[in-house]
Amino acid sequence: MSKNDTFQEKLYRQMFLIRHFEERLLELFSEGAFFGTTHCYIGQEANAVAIINQLTDKDIVFSNHRCHGHFLTYSDKPELLYGELMGRSTGVVGGRGGSQHICYNNFYTNGIQGGIMPAATGMAFAEKIKKSGAIATVFIGDGTLGQGVVYESLNMASLWDVPVLVVVENNRWAQSSRVENELAGSMVKRGEAFGIDSGEIDSTDAEELYAHFTPIIEKVRREQRPHFEVIHTYRLCHHSKSDDARPKDEVERYRENEPLPKMRERLKASTAEAIESDVKKRIAEAIAWAREQPFPELQKTELV
Amino acid sequence: MSTVVKSLNRAMHELLEDPRVVFLGEDILDPYGGAFKVAKGLSTQFPERVITTPIAEAGFVGIAAGMAMRGMRPIVEIMFGDFLMLTADQILNHIAKYRWMYNDQVEVPIVIRAAMGGRRGYGPTHSQSVEKHFLGMPGIVILAPSPFHDPGSLLKTATLDDSRPVLFIENKLMYSRALKNEADGNCGDFSIRKTDSEYTTVSLSYDTFQSADVTIVAYGGMAELAVEAAEMLMIEEEIFAEVIIPSSIKPLDYDPIIASLERSQKLVVCEEASKAAGWGSEVISRITKDHFGLLKSAPQHVGALEFPIANTVTLEEKILPQVKDIFDAAISK
Repeated sequence: MSKNDTFQEKLYRQMFLIRHFEERLLELFSEGAFFGTTHCYIGQEANAVAIINQLTDKDIVFSNHRCHGHFLTYSDKPELLYGELMGRSTGVVGGRGGSQHICYNNFYTNGIQGGIMPAATGMAFAEKIKKSGAIATVFIGDGTLGQGVVYESLNMASLWDVPVLVVVENNRWAQSSRVENELAGSMVKRGEAFGIDSGEIDSTDAEELYAHFTPIIEKVRREQRPHFEVIHTYRLCHHSKSDDARPKDEVERYRENEPLPKMRERLKASTAEAIESDVKKRIAEAIAWAREQPFPELQKTELV
Repeated sequence: MSTVVKSLNRAMHELLEDPRVVFLGEDILDPYGGAFKVAKGLSTQFPERVITTPIAEAGFVGIAAGMAMRGMRPIVEIMFGDFLMLTADQILNHIAKYRWMYNDQVEVPIVIRAAMGGRRGYGPTHSQSVEKHFLGMPGIVILAPSPFHDPGSLLKTATLDDSRPVLFIENKLMYSRALKNEADGNCGDFSIRKTDSEYTTVSLSYDTFQSADVTIVAYGGMAELAVEAAEMLMIEEEIFAEVIIPSSIKPLDYDPIIASLERSQKLVVCEEASKAAGWGSEVISRITKDHFGLLKSAPQHVGALEFPIANTVTLEEKILPQVKDIFDAAISK
């Protein structure tokens, strides 16, 4: 992050950081630097930067399996996430959680679809009772709208006036299933049915999304009520690794609308190049740092 | 006369004086005051922090967990313990995991109270003792008060002094039972010993812990049945039994069991749930592996038959373990 960035430069720098982080991640996966699997955010970067930049330090963010973009915008700590993905003791959670189970200050993720909805709701409810002024934002996807616990949470969030912002990132595919094969009816009406203010936006433009979310976040904080907002977006990468069976022409069609070039063309070419070069250097340093970190020991705990 | 339900209700009143404590559950508002009346009076006295919920066990247990991670001390009531299975994902994949998975950066001090057990004719889905399904989940504590412990004081310790998630198993039949008072080291005709720990284990002996013929281990709703069996064994067979009643079944303090086995060399473990993959299986496995030399005969396991729990009393009696089953296990060769 550069202090001298304009607003547009900042958004581009953050999005490029997420993009380049994940591109290098996928390359390094094939070299065997990582364990397990990972879920990339390529194509959805505008959502994270549009929303998380508008939250305060006290606010809570609860993310899901596809959390890199949210985490990097929240923390600006690529080295900690590389360390975690490499299973190192100095990673975000000491190598215990990996790609989809991390916690950093007021940022949390978990890997069970929809299971995070009650936790995020409860956190926002607690902050309201404590009168801290903090709100919670929870990111879910179109596939997660199949989970019953999502609706239990929406019901209680509305009944109890909980200041939680539910963001549905509809990337149109749940792993390998088209949204049309797994979701009946309307997404937005699912929020409305609980008496929750709900809306939708179809955009990959970070500035447009930012402006769209400004009054929403302000309203959640002021009215101390939930809000349900759907962003129609697209995942340009595979679900995890090497599991993409989507039609190539469809992916290519959405690639024409992807968020990074849209923001890049608003910057001077030399500025954009300087940002890219800075970020690449940071990412290279972050990878080098993570590679040097030790693996964790299994410590005795009070676990029962 | 204080009863288990009165002890719990009084503790709930005291706990809610703490502004961090919130209480969530189904039908807990006055005048109804909860299905088993542990919640009686609470919503009148603490309307802000006694919150009646929709029928959404996974949702409100998860919400309470989120509150626990942000500095509150939530207590959740599961009306019938059978419904705990609806919260299984929240407990296994969220509540039990957060602390360790997040590298000890958070704590989840939630207490989930659940009314468990049969013998009231409620049938297959309202009579079970499902806690055995949670025994294999690293990261949670399972407590089971009995009339031989002080249930209210256990609840207070679990809520305010324990930073771990706690399942608090309340046997339904036990609610109306009188607390067993002890005086001068005695409890009724038994000598009584209690371990000096936050979740105490009670040991009862007919022979001032000098000698014993059998060690009967039982928790929660089975505790009084085990004591009744011990009385029968004494009267009918002149067999001296020691009864070991833990209040924490996970983790379990094995020391009082081992101390008793050193006298008796015979082990009977009781639970109300069906025996397969049960708590008793775990206890017997552990004792047999680590203290085989203490046993002079095969350990016995008393529990329910492998059936759903029938509605009709004639079948329910056959399916659930009875005093006679404990007696027979104790005299078995």
